Amino acid sequence: MGDLLEVRDLSLNFGGITALQDVSVSVAEGETLAVIGPNGSGKTSLFNCVTGIYRPTAGGVAFRSESVLGRTPDAITRLGIARTFQNLRLFHNMSVLDNLMVGRHLHFRKNFLTALLRARGEEIRHRRRCEEIIEFLNLEPVRKSRVADCPYGVQKRVELGRALATEPRLLLLDEPVSGLTQEEKDESAYWIHEIRGRFGITVLLVEHDLRVASRLADRMVALDHGVKIAEGTPAEVQRHPEVIKAYLGE
Amino acid sequence: MDLVESYAQDLRFARKSFTRALLGLVLLAVVAFPWVAPDYMVFIATLVALYSIGVMGQNILIGYTGQISFGQAGFLAIGAFAFGHLRIWGAPFLLALVGAGTVAALAGILVGFPSLRLKGPYLAIATLGFGVAVYQIFVNWEVLSGGRSGLAIAKLKPMLGLSPVRYEYYVYVLLLAGFTLATYNLVSSYVGRAFVAIRDADIAAEVNGVNLTRYKLLSFAISSFYTGVHGALYAQVLGHIEPQIFNILESITLFVAVIIGGVASIEGSILGALFVILVPKVFSNFREMVPVVYGVTILLVLIFEPLGLFGRWLKTRLYFQLWPFR
Repeated sequence: MGDLLEVRDLSLNFGGITALQDVSVSVAEGETLAVIGPNGSGKTSLFNCVTGIYRPTAGGVAFRSESVLGRTPDAITRLGIARTFQNLRLFHNMSVLDNLMVGRHLHFRKNFLTALLRARGEEIRHRRRCEEIIEFLNLEPVRKSRVADCPYGVQKRVELGRALATEPRLLLLDEPVSGLTQEEKDESAYWIHEIRGRFGITVLLVEHDLRVASRLADRMVALDHGVKIAEGTPAEVQRHPEVIKAYLGE
Repeated sequence: MDLVESYAQDLRFARKSFTRALLGLVLLAVVAFPWVAPDYMVFIATLVALYSIGVMGQNILIGYTGQISFGQAGFLAIGAFAFGHLRIWGAPFLLALVGAGTVAALAGILVGFPSLRLKGPYLAIATLGFGVAVYQIFVNWEVLSGGRSGLAIAKLKPMLGLSPVRYEYYVYVLLLAGFTLATYNLVSSYVGRAFVAIRDADIAAEVNGVNLTRYKLLSFAISSFYTGVHGALYAQVLGHIEPQIFNILESITLFVAVIIGGVASIEGSILGALFVILVPKVFSNFREMVPVVYGVTILLVLIFEPLGLFGRWLKTRLYFQLWPFR
């Protein structure tokens, strides 16, 4: 197969509520796959299962033919999966730079003594990588600003940068352009496109903005009420009768 | 002109010349203090120094990692009695100090386990339970606590021809300087960033590769190491310890110091320690009013200056930096 991520017959129940039911999705190395669907259709739940925040009730998730189930989120990140959140989960009281440096955390050679004695070789090495990302995302003016003081559009970029700082092979983006102005949306779309081109990162993306989603994605998957209802090229999926029914009703 | 030219320069301790000058002045004042102040004041300053270490430890846990703990009295007691027994067995001062800190740190790891599941007020209650339990154990287990007469600890032998009070002051201030420097380094390293990340957004921290279990327990261990050392130093100053000293009020005092001094601030920890030592001295004629003063001050701080005394200092500094433009 050679698929980077393979989600097989995934089900997730919360008590009596079924969030996902037998969902199978596979993402090939180098492609961009978009997951669409109305609110509450299980897109974010799918992300949470892949990143280890939720434990699925049944089914499997394999990354590079290795099961990620039962691993903690930090261990999954170490395998090479990074993500952003729909409702931003940033470290609000840290500077933009420090947020990115947390993204570098797993690449640090950790030695408690160097931390106590202020040996800063590692800091400087990782700072260099963070500066590359800062430059890529045009974050230079806010490098030292507290994240909480930054406007929403900048915060979205910081979160993207933090995910990039972990040097993932697979990047999960949860609604990367929601709440942005038209201009910012176009910029973000450009960056997401560039992430694939420049860093060679595979992207799995949840998006409500179908225009942006179909521009970026090679393939598209549609979910509704936790069930996969369509899969194919963006044009195919958007014309699919089930998808139209899910969005517009009967 | 404040121009940073390299990453290494950006990471330097006390980078600005103003900061360095201020630091020099503070150090000078601290060194000169026992020669100009009466012995009683020097003793109080010694108390402030040892409390500062405990408050700093508490601040690492509460301020930086965001884990509320009310069990500090337990760690104080463990540190103090471990120190007492080690000293009685003939361990030298520094070794006994490290021993006390280590025993407290191990207890801290044990107490940290609930923090993996509990958050906010629930964790506060669990740790409160720990503090009370340790108190009861020491009160009722005479082998540990030395029974009714408590443990007597030999005074430090002064060196360099200093008087005992001045000698103790210098030892404690030197220890405080060491702990302060270590804390600065720690919170600006990857460890400190992981702590703050857990406080601000624990799920995001985890997704960015921070192992929650490891770093929460590490935070508890470091914090209780500091508190254990605080307990040991306190025992050394008192020269005699009994379990009744380490009641729940001690936990609350440390908590008050963190809030009033400034959450997640090292300078604030020292200011907070200054506050909780000086208030009982100033109000020594109305001792029963001290908790009231604490309570009212916390209310005022939370309403008007959530960053504590340190926040007030930041604003004062900003005022002068911007002067005459306001």
